[in-house]
Amino acid sequence: MPRLQSPEALESIRKELASKRDSQRPCISVCAGTGCIAAGAGEVIAAFKAEIEKQGLQADVDTKGTGCPGFCERGPVVVIYPEEICYLQVKPQDVVDIVSQTIKEKKVIDRLLYVDPTTKAKAVRESDIPFYRNQRRTIIGNNIKIDPKSIEDYLVIGGYTALAKVLFAMTPEQVVEEVKTSDLRGRGGAGFPTGKKWEGARNAPGDTKYVIVNADEGDPGAFMDRALLEGNPHSVLEGLIIGAYAIGAHEGYIYVRQEYPLAVENVTLAIKQAEEYGLLGKDILGSNFDFSVTVHRGAGAFVCGEETSLLMSLEGKVGEPRTRPPYPVTKGLWGKPTTINNVETWANVPLIINGGAEAFSSVGTEGSKGTKIFSLVGKVNNTGLVEVPMGITLRDIIFEVGGGIPGGKKFKAVQTGGPSGGCIPEAHLDTPVDFDELTRVGAIMGSGGMIVMDEDTCPVDVARYFVEFLTDESCGKCVPCREGIRQMHTILTAITTGKGKEGDIQRLEHLAEVTSTASLCALGKSAPNPVLSTLRYFRDEYEAHIKEKRCPALSCKELIAYHIDPEKCQACMICLRKCSAGAIVGGKNQIHVVDQDKCTKCGTCFEVCPPRFGAVQKISGEPVPAPLPEAERTTVRKANTNE
Amino acid sequence: MDRKQIDQIIDKHHGEPGSLIQILLEIQSEDSWLSKEALEQVAERLQVPMTRIQHIATFYKAFSLVPKGRHQVHVCMGTACYVRGASRILDTVQEVTGIRPGETDQDLKYSLETVNCLGCCALGPVMVIDGEYHGKLMPATSEAVLKNYE
Repeated sequence: MPRLQSPEALESIRKELASKRDSQRPCISVCAGTGCIAAGAGEVIAAFKAEIEKQGLQADVDTKGTGCPGFCERGPVVVIYPEEICYLQVKPQDVVDIVSQTIKEKKVIDRLLYVDPTTKAKAVRESDIPFYRNQRRTIIGNNIKIDPKSIEDYLVIGGYTALAKVLFAMTPEQVVEEVKTSDLRGRGGAGFPTGKKWEGARNAPGDTKYVIVNADEGDPGAFMDRALLEGNPHSVLEGLIIGAYAIGAHEGYIYVRQEYPLAVENVTLAIKQAEEYGLLGKDILGSNFDFSVTVHRGAGAFVCGEETSLLMSLEGKVGEPRTRPPYPVTKGLWGKPTTINNVETWANVPLIINGGAEAFSSVGTEGSKGTKIFSLVGKVNNTGLVEVPMGITLRDIIFEVGGGIPGGKKFKAVQTGGPSGGCIPEAHLDTPVDFDELTRVGAIMGSGGMIVMDEDTCPVDVARYFVEFLTDESCGKCVPCREGIRQMHTILTAITTGKGKEGDIQRLEHLAEVTSTASLCALGKSAPNPVLSTLRYFRDEYEAHIKEKRCPALSCKELIAYHIDPEKCQACMICLRKCSAGAIVGGKNQIHVVDQDKCTKCGTCFEVCPPRFGAVQKISGEPVPAPLPEAERTTVRKANTNE
Repeated sequence: MDRKQIDQIIDKHHGEPGSLIQILLEIQSEDSWLSKEALEQVAERLQVPMTRIQHIATFYKAFSLVPKGRHQVHVCMGTACYVRGASRILDTVQEVTGIRPGETDQDLKYSLETVNCLGCCALGPVMVIDGEYHGKLMPATSEAVLKNYE
C-alpha cells in the first residue's frame, strides 16, 4: 500500500473500497470482544468459517469478528447483514442452522432472537431490542459493523474524514476553538473541559509537546475504554492525531493496561496500518504534519490512571503522583507540555469535527454535552455497555436499558464512578446523568462504571470493599492517603465482622475529612467518597451492624447464620450432598439441620435449596433457633401418605 | 530464559532506561517471573541501579519475584463480581488450593491471584485459569472446575 499523499487520494481509496463492497452481500458479524470471547465467541466464529467452507459459500458470504456492541449479557452476539438480524447467545451447534436457514433461505430462526420478558414479543433487529432502542450509540454503535483489525472497514464507514478536514481546511486554533465550542468534557472522570485543556497545551511555551491516550482503565467493573480500543481503535487514533495537530505535538503515547491484551494487539495493529496508509508518520496525507504514536503497556497499578502518575510510569519510573500545579499541559512528560485525555474523549473528537460543535452540543444538558458510555453491571438484567445521551435519568438507564433487577429483587443503590465515586439510592434515581448533578447527590460521573446493587447487597460491605481496593492501590507516597485509607479499612472491617464500636461512625467521618483534604492526588482525595455516600444514605445499616450486630442485607458473613426451617424442609438431600463442609446433618426422610460449628457460611445450601421449598434461611442479629430434637426429625413425604 | 533472549528484548527497546518497565513486562510474560539474574542483567545493560529496578518490580502488580505454578488462577474481585458473590468463590478456591492470593503452592501446581476486573461482568463471578474463562460460578462449581486441572 503506497502512502496516501493528499485528501483526494484518501477519498478515492475510500470510494474504491466502497465500490468493491456489495451492500447486499451477506455478512456474519460475531462480537469478538473480551466478554463474548469469554462466553465462547471464538468457537462460534471458527464454526461459521468451517460451515461456510463446507457448504462452499466462501465466495458469497463474509464472516468477521467485530468489536463489542455492548450486549454482553446475551453474548456471543451475532448480527447478520444486510438484514441486520440479531441472534443472541449463539453456540457453535446453532451455526449449521444459521447458515442453512438464515443465510441460504433467508429465514429467521426464532429461538435465537431476543424475547421481551414482559410482552414476550420477539425482536429481529438490534434496533428492536429495548436494550439498544433506548440508547444513543454514536461512538460505540460502529463496533459491530467493523472488523477492528481492518483499517479498510473503518475507511468505508467514513474513517479519517475528520483528520483530512482539520489538516487541510482548519488551522490548529480553529480545531481548538471547535472543541471548546462543543463543550466536550473529559470522559475519564473529572470532567475537565477538553478544549480548555488543549488550549492550555497549545499556548504553553516550547517546541516539543506530547499527546497521550489514557487507557489505564482501572475501575473494577468498568470496561468501556477497553471496548473502544479493542473494537474501534482507529476512531481513538484519529481523535489523537487531530488533537496532536491542534496543540502542535509530534509524538503521542497510548498508555494501556497490560491486562487488556486484545486492546494492546488491536491498537498496535491499527497504528501500523495507519502508518502504511500515510495517516501517521511523516507528512501525513501530504500536509507536512508529522506525528508518531507509541503503545506503552501499564504494569498493573490503579494509581497510574491519575495523570501525573501515568507520566511517571511512561518515563519508566514508579507510578507515584507529582504535585499539581504545574499541570501536565505546561509541564508534563519529560517536563514538556502534554495533553492527556481518556480513550472515550479522544473517540468523541472525530464526531465533533465531522458533525460540527453545534450538532454535538445539541445533545445533553446545560453542563454536560454529548453521550456517555457506561458499563452497566452488577445486579441488573442486561449487563453490558450502554451509550446514552447526557441528561437521561439513572432510572431510565437501569430499568429501560438495563431491564431492571434480576430475580424480582428490590433495587437498593447504584454506584457510579468506581472506588472514587459514591452510591445513589432509590430516592435519587430520577437524577439526570450530568457531571454536576451526580456530584450534587454525593457520587461522581467517573469514567463510566455503573454498578447496580439490590436488597441483598450490604452498603457497609461495599464501602469496605472499595476502601480495601484503595488500601492496596494507594502508592504510599503521602501519609494521609496511605494511613487514612488503611485506618478506615480497619474500622469498616471491624464493623462488618461484628466488632464495631460506638463512635466508629464519627471516627470514619473524621478520617474521611482528613484524607480528602490532605492527600496529594485524586486517589486519596476521592477515596473517602464510597464511605461518605453510604453513610449519607444508609447510616441506619451502619448502626445496625454496630449496635445490633445485624446485617440488614443478610450479606456480611460474620453476622449471619444459615438455618433450615424444619417446617419447610422436605429432606431432599440436595443441600446435604452439596455442602462441602459436611455441615448439614440429616438423611433420607430426616429433616436437615445445619451444624453451626462446622458451617463455613459459603451459602451453597441457600442457593441449591429448590425455590419451591425455600427452606434454607439466613438469620442475622438474632439467635439461631435450636435444632429439632433428633426424634422429631423424621418426615412423612406427601407421596408416601397414600400408601 | 537465557541471557541472549534477555539481551534481545533489551535491544528491541534500544537499551533505553525509559523503557525499563516495558522490558521487565516482556521478560515477565516470557518467563512468568523475574529472576535475580535477569534483573541484574537488565540493571547492567541499562545502567540503572538495582534499587530502582527492585522498586519498580515490587510496585507494579504485573511483576513477580518468585516462580509461578503450572496453573495460574485469577479470581476476579471486580465490583460486579463482588456484588455477585466473588468473595465466596475466593474462599472456596483458597480452601481447595491451600494458598492465598499472591502465593504459589509448594508443588508449584497453582498460583493464585485476584484481579480487579476482567471486563466480562456479564459472566460474574468469574475465574480465569490459564487463560480459560469460567463464569457464573458458585462455590461448589468453582471447586469442581479446579479439580479438572492436574
